[in-house]
Amino acid sequence: MSEGLYSMEAKDYDKTLDLTKIKPYGDTMNDGKVQMSFTLPVPAGDEAIEAAKQLMLKLGFTNPLVVYSKELTKGFTFFNCYGSCSQTVDYTQIHVPKVDSNKMSMEDCDEYIRKNIGRKITVVGASTGTDAHTVGIDAIMNMKGYAGHYGIERYEMFDALNMGSQVLNEDFIAKAVEMKADALLVSQTVTQKDVHIQNMTNLVELLEAEGLRDKVILICGGPRITHELAKELGFDAGFGMNTYADDVASFIAEEMNRRKGNK
Amino acid sequence: MQQSKVGLDFKKVDYAKSVAKNIADDVQGFVEQYTTVAVERTICRLLGVDGVDANGVPLPNVLVDQIKENGVLGEGIVFFLGNAMCELKQQPQEIAEQVADGKLDITKVKVYSQAERDAALKPIIDANIERIKARRARRENYLKTIGEGPKPYLYVIVATGNIYEDVVQAQAAARQGADVIAVIRTTGQSLLDYVPYGATTEGFGGTFATQENFRIMRKALDEVGEEVGHYVRLCNYCSGLCMPEIAAMGALEGLDVMLNDALYGILFRDINMQRTLVDQFFSRVINAFAGVIINTGEDNYLTTADAYEEAHTVLASDLINEQLAAMAGLPEEQMGLGHAFEMDPMLENGFLYELAQAQMTREIFPKATLKYMPPTKFMTGNIFRGHIQDAMFNIIGNWTHQGIQLLGMPTEAIHTPFMSDRFLSIENAKYIFNNMKSIGEEVEFKDGGIVKTRAAKVLNDTIALLEKLKDEGLFNALEKGMFADVKRPKNGGKGLNGVAKKCSHYTNPFIAIMLKK
Repeated sequence: MSEGLYSMEAKDYDKTLDLTKIKPYGDTMNDGKVQMSFTLPVPAGDEAIEAAKQLMLKLGFTNPLVVYSKELTKGFTFFNCYGSCSQTVDYTQIHVPKVDSNKMSMEDCDEYIRKNIGRKITVVGASTGTDAHTVGIDAIMNMKGYAGHYGIERYEMFDALNMGSQVLNEDFIAKAVEMKADALLVSQTVTQKDVHIQNMTNLVELLEAEGLRDKVILICGGPRITHELAKELGFDAGFGMNTYADDVASFIAEEMNRRKGNK
Repeated sequence: MQQSKVGLDFKKVDYAKSVAKNIADDVQGFVEQYTTVAVERTICRLLGVDGVDANGVPLPNVLVDQIKENGVLGEGIVFFLGNAMCELKQQPQEIAEQVADGKLDITKVKVYSQAERDAALKPIIDANIERIKARRARRENYLKTIGEGPKPYLYVIVATGNIYEDVVQAQAAARQGADVIAVIRTTGQSLLDYVPYGATTEGFGGTFATQENFRIMRKALDEVGEEVGHYVRLCNYCSGLCMPEIAAMGALEGLDVMLNDALYGILFRDINMQRTLVDQFFSRVINAFAGVIINTGEDNYLTTADAYEEAHTVLASDLINEQLAAMAGLPEEQMGLGHAFEMDPMLENGFLYELAQAQMTREIFPKATLKYMPPTKFMTGNIFRGHIQDAMFNIIGNWTHQGIQLLGMPTEAIHTPFMSDRFLSIENAKYIFNNMKSIGEEVEFKDGGIVKTRAAKVLNDTIALLEKLKDEGLFNALEKGMFADVKRPKNGGKGLNGVAKKCSHYTNPFIAIMLKK
């Protein structure tokens, strides 16, 4: 099991960083080291370890090491493994669509809205469909916010309503109409079997059918949401992991201003 | 006199309990005047009605919908079924089938005397009461023969959506040392006003609670329990719009633990408070009678409100829940009152505050099978730190002798647990429980220190809140958002149209039988 812990193998590869061919980094440039854990549906034993190694070789890892294996229950074996990745990525050619806005502090954002919009912006948010998780929408909207980022309710220039969880798309739209919402925030946490895709697509279709789609800024968020996915589904923006109320508020403020300029 | 490790003033605890009892009495006064569609459907199930009609509608719904549509829900299903049994000389199941076929309107059947109805109903009532008693005896026999794991019980979830895959996961977890297997329900089931039927293989983030699924999992856990040499408890969810129906199904199929908390449904599922408090009472009566441990959901308050600032709301709710549970006949040992390890891990001395609260909760409810929830809100996707957060939680669970330790998973907030996640979490808990076994008996806390000061503060804040709640009444307090920062209107939320005031013919024979034992 301890083979390779203090590896004596010669590191005779090129150790200079080439951004057109990047590899994982363990402790030496271009060593390609990756740690993995997974379970195979076979009993523990030498054959299981060999199967794990062969799998890693097929995945493109050289020098595969199984450092730990344990039968979890009859016929299922868990592995901790290391290997050197042989694949590379051209970092210089990466292009990730991103929400186009300048993140402002709460005070700056309120000031920006006062100056450029001249009135409060109304936002309605909900965790829609069958999704019972409020953690995402609460983090963005509730007064207290999350991880030191105050929620939209605390902004002076926003009127915010958090409808909570399991809100039907129909009810969500009705509330948006009633409140004359400028922006709609949809939170989706449960993504098993792509239930969030169906639900978000349904919302866009309903908004289009009601002729409302262009009248609101439509935003989604959640741990598995990307801006790219959001755009694909017909939303204006998507906010994923590590984004907070200030990201969302800044985008809404700037987008409102952009749209004003278009008129 | 009980000795407190955290310096609690037990006179204050007694006072807090007396205030909580006042609040609960007020709620119970309301509850006893009402029934709901779910309560009536539960009675149907306890009278042996099961199965679905040609459109897949469960027969208990068919019966209760008929009396509701005729505007006589408040008379109760027992009155109409009793009359129909006298008239037709048939069992409730056959009567339900005829209603489903459109051949019978039970509200139009001739009215028989109370004595005649009682006589017709008695054999089927007795038969199902005996069935529940036999289920309970079966569990007690297992506990006597193969026994159970030490407390805190190790509780893990399975949530594949497919009951047959759940069985594989559950048996694996039991072999690794789990004491309680909770089958998470599919997203959205709490808002269904019926219980789906049969074995199911499709769910989102969980598996449908159905009577057949209960049966399949019970059998699997009995098998693996005999194999590993300790009884494995099965947990499901008596919450949402079918609270008492699920309790009845669980009682009939030998479930051991049930989430069972109206406040949770009100705050986090926007279920109407009148509906669910009425439902809760009957569901808890059933759980009490069946020997089921209820779990309450206070831990969830801290997922929306701040765990450091709002600790007293958890304790206040636990105290109210204790009183409401006692009124439904639940002995303290069957009260899995909930609390949680949910403070921001970056909080200086957060561990000491958590320790103070866990020990305080243990001492305030000395006999309860306390349910202790792991960190969830601050699990970030950094599985390595998450595993340490769960270890910190396990240290406190062991130290303060919690009843049920809901094991945290390093992959919380990423996916429902892999088989390996469950293994790592059980290994984590077992390592700590063994390696630190007697720490609670060895370590004392200093006077005026962080731990004792924290416990005293939370208790004082709790008393202040309970006094406010007593003046407001629980319903008003919920309207004003005094729990979890969530406001719920008394006449809003889901399920209100299934509530009816009891009328002159109303009876629910099961309450009296089950409360008496």
